Amino acid sequence: MKYYRSHILVGINEAAKQAGVDVFVNKLQDQISTAGLADEINVLETGPLAFFGRGICLTILPENVNYENVAIEDIVELVEEHLLKGRPVHRLMLDSAAQFKPKFNYDRRIVLKNSGIIDPESIDEYLGAGGYEAWEKALLNMQPADIVNEVKASGLRGRGGAGFPAGLKWSFTAPLNAEQKYVVVNADEGEPGTFKDRLIMEGDPHQLLEGIMICARAIGASMAYIYIRGEYKLCIARLEKAIKQCHAYGILGRNIFDSGFDLDIGIKIGAGAYVCGEETALIESLEGNRGNPRWKPPFPGVKGLWQYPTVVNNVETLANVPFIIKNGAAEYRQFGTDECTGTKVYTILGDVAYPGLCEVDMGATLRTVINEYGGGMKKGFKFKAALVGGAAGVILSDRMLDVKMDFVSLNQYAAVLGSGAILVMNEHQSIVDMLWSILRFFRHESCGKCSPCRIGTQHLYDLISKIRKGEGSMDDVEMLHTIALTMKQTSFCALGQSPIMAIASALDNFRDEFIAITKK
Amino acid sequence: MTTAKAFTNEQYAKLGAVIDQKKDLRNPLIEILRIAQEIFGYLPVEVQEFVASRMNIPVSKVHGVVTFYNFFTMTPKGKHIINVCTGTACYVKGALRVIQMLTEQLNVGMGETTMDGLFTLSAVRCVGACSLAPVIVIGEDTFGRIEKSDQVKEIINRYS
Repeated sequence: MKYYRSHILVGINEAAKQAGVDVFVNKLQDQISTAGLADEINVLETGPLAFFGRGICLTILPENVNYENVAIEDIVELVEEHLLKGRPVHRLMLDSAAQFKPKFNYDRRIVLKNSGIIDPESIDEYLGAGGYEAWEKALLNMQPADIVNEVKASGLRGRGGAGFPAGLKWSFTAPLNAEQKYVVVNADEGEPGTFKDRLIMEGDPHQLLEGIMICARAIGASMAYIYIRGEYKLCIARLEKAIKQCHAYGILGRNIFDSGFDLDIGIKIGAGAYVCGEETALIESLEGNRGNPRWKPPFPGVKGLWQYPTVVNNVETLANVPFIIKNGAAEYRQFGTDECTGTKVYTILGDVAYPGLCEVDMGATLRTVINEYGGGMKKGFKFKAALVGGAAGVILSDRMLDVKMDFVSLNQYAAVLGSGAILVMNEHQSIVDMLWSILRFFRHESCGKCSPCRIGTQHLYDLISKIRKGEGSMDDVEMLHTIALTMKQTSFCALGQSPIMAIASALDNFRDEFIAITKK
Repeated sequence: MTTAKAFTNEQYAKLGAVIDQKKDLRNPLIEILRIAQEIFGYLPVEVQEFVASRMNIPVSKVHGVVTFYNFFTMTPKGKHIINVCTGTACYVKGALRVIQMLTEQLNVGMGETTMDGLFTLSAVRCVGACSLAPVIVIGEDTFGRIEKSDQVKEIINRYS
């Protein structure tokens, strides 16, 4: 293997693509060759980097200098100054511009530990980082029941929103006798403000595949499907490539590692419907139907895809599994709190200095996440509220900044961790307006199967529109709450049960704003 | 602009071949409709009827699926579809302003197609590019931080 004195990691994500990163990398390589450094400097295209800068971002190792918003015009200076003379270009550095040392937290990462470090399109780099060791262990040294028990002992909870214990879910399906079982990966990420799964798949697709494999072995499935949004083109391309590589290496296919176990993974592309995030609706959609949710029970674990036992898990949940199997449940429990173990990947957005994603131990406070990982509020702005958990989430005020971010602690505020989206709003933004946008979203995404949700979401939208225009009364505001509560009690699936969260938290924390606008 | 285009026999033959090849797979309806939309550009009732009879399933089932998913459309679309993200992050960052700029410059409303058939203006749910908010997506290209009408003009010109 060739030895390089320095590595330039180029973060390839949608933002970088928009900034023209493909052309940039070519020009950078040309310039490095021109300077005679082609044998010394390695340019590596990787997934999202540890930090979230603007435009094209680079990390140069081993000195660990981070650049953001680098343009093609900067290449000559960068090569001359940094690579030839060893003097970092301060005006492009992330830290000098932000006056803020971003915390990368690599020593506490599980899901994103390889993201931004290895080339996500190379299986060899994943193997080099210890990849597929857990799969080998699960397949050759562990019985399916051992795997289920290990995941149970780890305390891993589903990261899709509700936080149901993953090991318990598996344990319903594992002992069933069936001629076919399935693993289905929910990658239909559609919660507004959430793109964690996209970055997990863009940054480290093999880790997800490894998690799927271990789950398949645990429950005895020989086929797995990744149900993914059609818009996630880069993810789809990388996953397809990764699956192909696994087949070539004998990691997937027939009689894997001479164990007698067969497994294949297929990709199914969704056609756009928020409700398909609900597991039974997702299964309906996989079967080629309208994505209307099914009655439970029977749960998918017993009768799922084509009526066979099926485990549906979120991308982030499965990405945690290789670590658990490789290092053991006890090691995993070192992360997070007793009741909510492990880490959580957040997307922090809105009026913070550094919007982006981060992975933090469960139980970190909202304040910590915003200040240390999001860089605090954008200069000149004051914190007003944070929408936590996407549209099916809650609006928290500054009084709740010290709430611990885990499934149990958030419960006391009737809040949920949900998808892990944190949308920060400044003092000039209107809560009524935000609620309008959320309720408009629910109206659009209701599938229409059950009346409380189909009719309720329309009424909520009509009411909030009236209030927003200044034509509503406090009676209308109370009616919002009443309708949403009825929907919670009577709707068929989680979609219709969700609007109450945003409404109740908005009314609890920002009632004055509703009083003010209805008096106009 | 919903004047029905006449479809060619080749288009139907192509779709028919796809259906024959896939119809024995388990419930390939969504996949077939995807390809049908690629071939015809949209899915008017006559295409849905063709799919249904060739697959030997009720038209109501086909229609149900077509109307359920955002991806499928029953009206012809422009050459380029301008998708404005109206997810929460983009909304807060001014998606409505972006829509206003686009409707003014293109002289069409939401869901409509320009007279020259070049652009269709449409809204999508969160595209997951929230750090770039507000975002519009045209084909494979994503444009972020749309704040000024000059930016909008420049982007439209690229595709005109």
